[in-house]
This record gives sequence, C-alpha cells and structure tokens, in this order.
Amino acid sequence: MVETTPMFEADDLARYFDVSRPWLQRVLAGEGRRTLKAVDGVSFRIPKGTTLSLVGESGCGKSTVARLVVGLYRPTRGRVLFDGIDLEQARAMADQRRRMQMIFQDPYASLNPRWRVRDIIAEPIRAFGLIEGGAAQQRRVGELLSQVGLSPLDGEKFPHEFSGGQRQRISIARALSSNPEFLVCDEPTSALDVSVQAQILNLMKDLQRRLGLTYLFISHNLAVVRQISDRIGVMYLGRLVELAPAETLFEAPRHPYTRALMEAIPDLDMTGRQRIPVGGEVPSPISPPSGCPFHPRCPLANDRCKAERPALIPARGTPETVVACHAVEEGRDGAAFVTMNQRMGTTATAL
Amino acid sequence: MAPILEVRNLRVEFPTRRGTLVALDDVSFDIAPGEVLGVVGESGAGKSMTGAAIIGLLEPPGRIASGQVLLAGKRIDNLGYEQMRRIRGREIGAIFQDPLTTLNPLYTVGRQLVETIQTHLGLNDAEARRRAIGWLEMVGIPAASQRVDSYPHEFSGGMRQRVVIALALCAEPKLIVADEPTTALDVSIQAQVIALLKGLARDKGTAMMLVTHDMGVIAETADRVAVMYAGRIAEIGPVREVVKHPKHPYSVGLMASIPPLDRRVEHLAQIDGAMPRLSAIPPGCAFNPRCPEVFGRCRVERPDLLDAGATRAACWLYDPASEKRAPEAMRHG
Repeated sequence: MVETTPMFEADDLARYFDVSRPWLQRVLAGEGRRTLKAVDGVSFRIPKGTTLSLVGESGCGKSTVARLVVGLYRPTRGRVLFDGIDLEQARAMADQRRRMQMIFQDPYASLNPRWRVRDIIAEPIRAFGLIEGGAAQQRRVGELLSQVGLSPLDGEKFPHEFSGGQRQRISIARALSSNPEFLVCDEPTSALDVSVQAQILNLMKDLQRRLGLTYLFISHNLAVVRQISDRIGVMYLGRLVELAPAETLFEAPRHPYTRALMEAIPDLDMTGRQRIPVGGEVPSPISPPSGCPFHPRCPLANDRCKAERPALIPARGTPETVVACHAVEEGRDGAAFVTMNQRMGTTATAL
Repeated sequence: MAPILEVRNLRVEFPTRRGTLVALDDVSFDIAPGEVLGVVGESGAGKSMTGAAIIGLLEPPGRIASGQVLLAGKRIDNLGYEQMRRIRGREIGAIFQDPLTTLNPLYTVGRQLVETIQTHLGLNDAEARRRAIGWLEMVGIPAASQRVDSYPHEFSGGMRQRVVIALALCAEPKLIVADEPTTALDVSIQAQVIALLKGLARDKGTAMMLVTHDMGVIAETADRVAVMYAGRIAEIGPVREVVKHPKHPYSVGLMASIPPLDRRVEHLAQIDGAMPRLSAIPPGCAFNPRCPEVFGRCRVERPDLLDAGATRAACWLYDPASEKRAPEAMRHG
C-alpha cells in the first residue's frame, strides 16, 4: 500500500510553561526556576479521513496538545507537519490556515453573544474572502445551518436564544464555513447533556462521512471516544502511554494506566462487578516522579520502573499497539492482561 | 421504617417581570434511613433546585410556593433562616460540586471541622479535635493527624472533596444532600469518593439524596432513582428497574443515548430537540413534543405518577383509561 501523506503528524512534540515565582520572591526564598512540562515528547500521525482521539484525566496535557496542533501555542520542542507542510509555515498561509478549524468545549463561551448567528457563521467566510457578495454569503450560511440540523431562519437569532446542544451545532457550522479538512475538537460534548451529546456525536460522524473530514478528538470520556475514533492515544502527565486502534484498545488494553481507567468507570449494567479504584492521584506535573511517571500508582512497578523512563514501543501480543511500559515489554503483565476482557462486561457512563 | 425525608407536592416558583416561572411542580418522594435516592436529569430539569429547596438555600427570588418538606416527621420548609441554619450541618449535611467554594480558604481544615463539631455537638476543644482527626482518617486522608493543620489549598481536588465529605458528616446528620459530589473529579478519584460515600451512608444509617447527571454513578450508588424532566419527576423506582427497564419514554431515550463502553455503535440513539425552557413548557405532558409515543391526551392533560409495573411513571401510556397503551417492549423491558 502506498503511504499517503498524513493529514497531521507530530514528532516529539513538547510544550513547557515557566511557572516560576517572581524574581524577587525566588531570590528571597532561594529557589530556582520551575518548569511545568505540560506536553513532553508526544508523537502521532493522523491519516486523512480518520479520527485520532486523545484521552486522559485533567492535567494530562491533552488540551495543550490540541492548542499546539492548531498553532495557538508554539511548541517548545518537536516537529509538527500539517499535510506535509511545517505547521509554522502553514499558519502563515491563509489558504492552509483555512483547512484547519477548532471546536471548543464550552458553547456558552465560544460564541460572541452580541453577534447574530449568521454573522458568527459568516465570519470565517469573510475573513478568508471565500465568497463575494452578501447574498451569496447568506445562502452559504443557510446551507451550513441546514447541514448541522438547524433552520436557515435561525441565522437571524442571537446565541442566547439557543440551548447548549444547538449552540454546539452553531460552533460546528462556523468551523465548517471555511471548508476545512481537519477539525480539532477539544471536549466538544462534555458540557452537554447525554441525550444532546448523542445528537452531536451522530452529527460529527455523519459530517465526517459526507465531507471526508479528519478529526483530532480530545476527551476524558472513554465511552464517547470509543464511538468516534479510529485510533486512541492515552495520555498521562504530558506523555502518551499507549496508542492503539480503537477496537484493540478496548479489547486488549495494555498499559496498567489504561486498564485502571477502564476499571474505574462505573458499571451501568450492574453486573455486580466491583470497581477497582486506582490508588493515589495524578502527581504534580511540576515535579513528576522519576522513571515511569505512573510508577507510584502502578501495581506492576518494580525498581526499573522507578529509575528508567519507558519508551513507546510495539506491545508483545498486540503489535498494532504501542505502549510505554516496562512490565508489558518484559511480559510481566500477563495474568492481568487476560482477565481484563472478561471483566469488561460494561456499559458506561456519564449522562 | 419511617422515612427520614418526605417531600410532599413541592412547588417552587420564580416571580419574574414576565410572569411566574414554575421551576418545580408537584415533586413528591421520600428517603428511608440508610437509603440513597439518586436524582438524575438534564441541566435545568430541577434536580439541583430540589436539593436547594430541601436545605433551605433557594436563590431569591425563588420560593417554595406550596407543598411540604418533612425531616424525621417535622416540617422544615416553613422555618426561619436562623432555625434552618441550625438544622443545616446538624441534621442535614450538604456536599456540593466544587469543594473549593465549600471550604473557607483562610482556616485550616481542622479548624473548620472543629468549629462544626463544637457548634452542633458541644464538645470541648481536645475532644472535638480528636473527632476531627478521626473523621479525616475515616474519609481516607493519609497522615490525618498532621494534615488536620493544613489549609484547603494544600490539598488536591480529590482530597479536598474528602474534606468536604468529612465536614458534611462530622455532625452526624440524618440526611445528606449531595449535589454532583464527583463531577469535578477525575474518573479514577470518582470511584474512591463514591465508595466512601456509599459505605458511610450504609454504616451510619444516613439517608442520602444524590443529585448527578452521571448515570454510572447512580447505577453504582443509589438504591432508588428519580428521573426529572422540566421540573417534574418523570419516573421513580428501584435503580435496577429504571436503568435496565425504564418505563417513561423520556427515561427510555435517556438510557439509550448513553454511549456504550463495550462496543461501537454506528448511530447512537438520540432524543431529538431539547428540554423546554421554564417560560415555554408546553401544555399537557412537558415531554410531548419530543416523545415518540405521543398521542391525543398527552398534548392536553398533564399526567401524574402512575403505576408502571416496578416503577412509577408520569405517562399516559400507563393509565388503563388511555386509548393507547405502552408498547409490549416498554411494558416488560
């Protein structure tokens, strides 16, 4: 098979933030600079027309990756290619910039309350000069509104006249108005109620089929991610710990953290399965643990895990999965790996 | 056993310039000692409002227009602010979503616990401090005897929520109202906090009202569940029945739209449309414009909770006098 250029490629992507206290306080307290490594060496590629999802708990760096991908942050380190072009260069060219858009989590904060919906949606069209003439622009806005399941007449209204789900549809229509090929979606359904979440997920899947869109989907909800992804990356403390095809990840999760995440989801089928809570909490990314960042919470940790940081390598048994875990590499995860599938008789989770 | 909490035909109104909005309409339920009642629904359905009305913390101009709230058989909905303040903490513990807004950032957690314990139980300093440390241990805070002198900002989110739980429980209330206690927490921490809450309610015989939009949390924690829609209870019954065999068409749609974790589905079940605003609740059943089973009288008459097998559902499908009955699949689940 001929390898086509992926829509998006990140190689050793990193972003650090300086969280030092002000100079005088630092000097008085005799402490040095402090760096928060929000994203620390993340690599992935997203083939055209597919969806890559990044999951993880708060603070794992997934939203920072989203912002790096659309160029809202500059990377501290690493190379980012958008359809084969360096992202920095692509961002400088309007006709490349037009090809990527972002959908944000909070549809209450991401729409200007003083603008009519038709102006919100037409803004990218005007900014990129895609369609000349007011009448033609308004026809296109009407089309976009119908495409996301709203009425063309809704263009006359203001955002406050819509519910959360409808506002998220407006955000999607705005993102689509520049005919993008790549959408970065940062928790697009987590502010929505479950019945509305289903509407938006169905809409996004439908649009992907019809328009051939490529998605980077950021979420903390594993059940949502399963419905929409081709591949899934699990992040922990600024790094990818596992990256696998969606079905493989759920059928055979390999990293102890991925397994713990799945175990921790409440059991809606009430099979009587006992949830096994992950002990402890996510450590501070300012002073991450040595070696594997998950080792203080990991049931399989040994001395090597405390000292040496594991690399992301293909997993034994499921080579399409890459996983950063010494236990998996050494085959120490065997028993736990087999029982996982039997325990996964679950339907889950948040409304 | 006599219920600890009884809510009878509760109606909450918000007078506005454009007329009176009815936020809660004819809400009735009770909670027995040691029982956890889950309250679910979409945002704006009135679940948090119900909790706020019970603990006497409705935001003005909201007010209880009619109905009663009884705690251990005594009415509390007509008490004054000072009387209600004494009941909150002593007899009703409240846990809110955001632990940071519940804790006072200027006092150590120990001082806040000691103050609550002394106010309600009248113990001396040493005894109250001993109890405070005991509660911190009970909610799983490591090195409690040292942490008792820490300030809230020195705790992580999960640990802070544990402190809030300790604070709600330390006066040994009869009832706990927990409004989205785990929503601000990550899923791995959620499981720890839920196990804790459930264990404490069971061991102490405390009644608990658990408000959340997370069905998974409800399925795991609650004994019974009430599904709310547009300010009314749409369905109430044992948790297993409501989750696995819902009877109200709204509960059916709600359960079906939860994305499954164990498989991928091409098209998720969805309920079209959105919940009506309080100012535009349709006549008849509030769910009728979105309901796949809607028929004549749904658009005219408002249904009360009717027997629907193992649960009670506010739906005309379950009235023997209706011209239409529930489809076979829905009646038997």
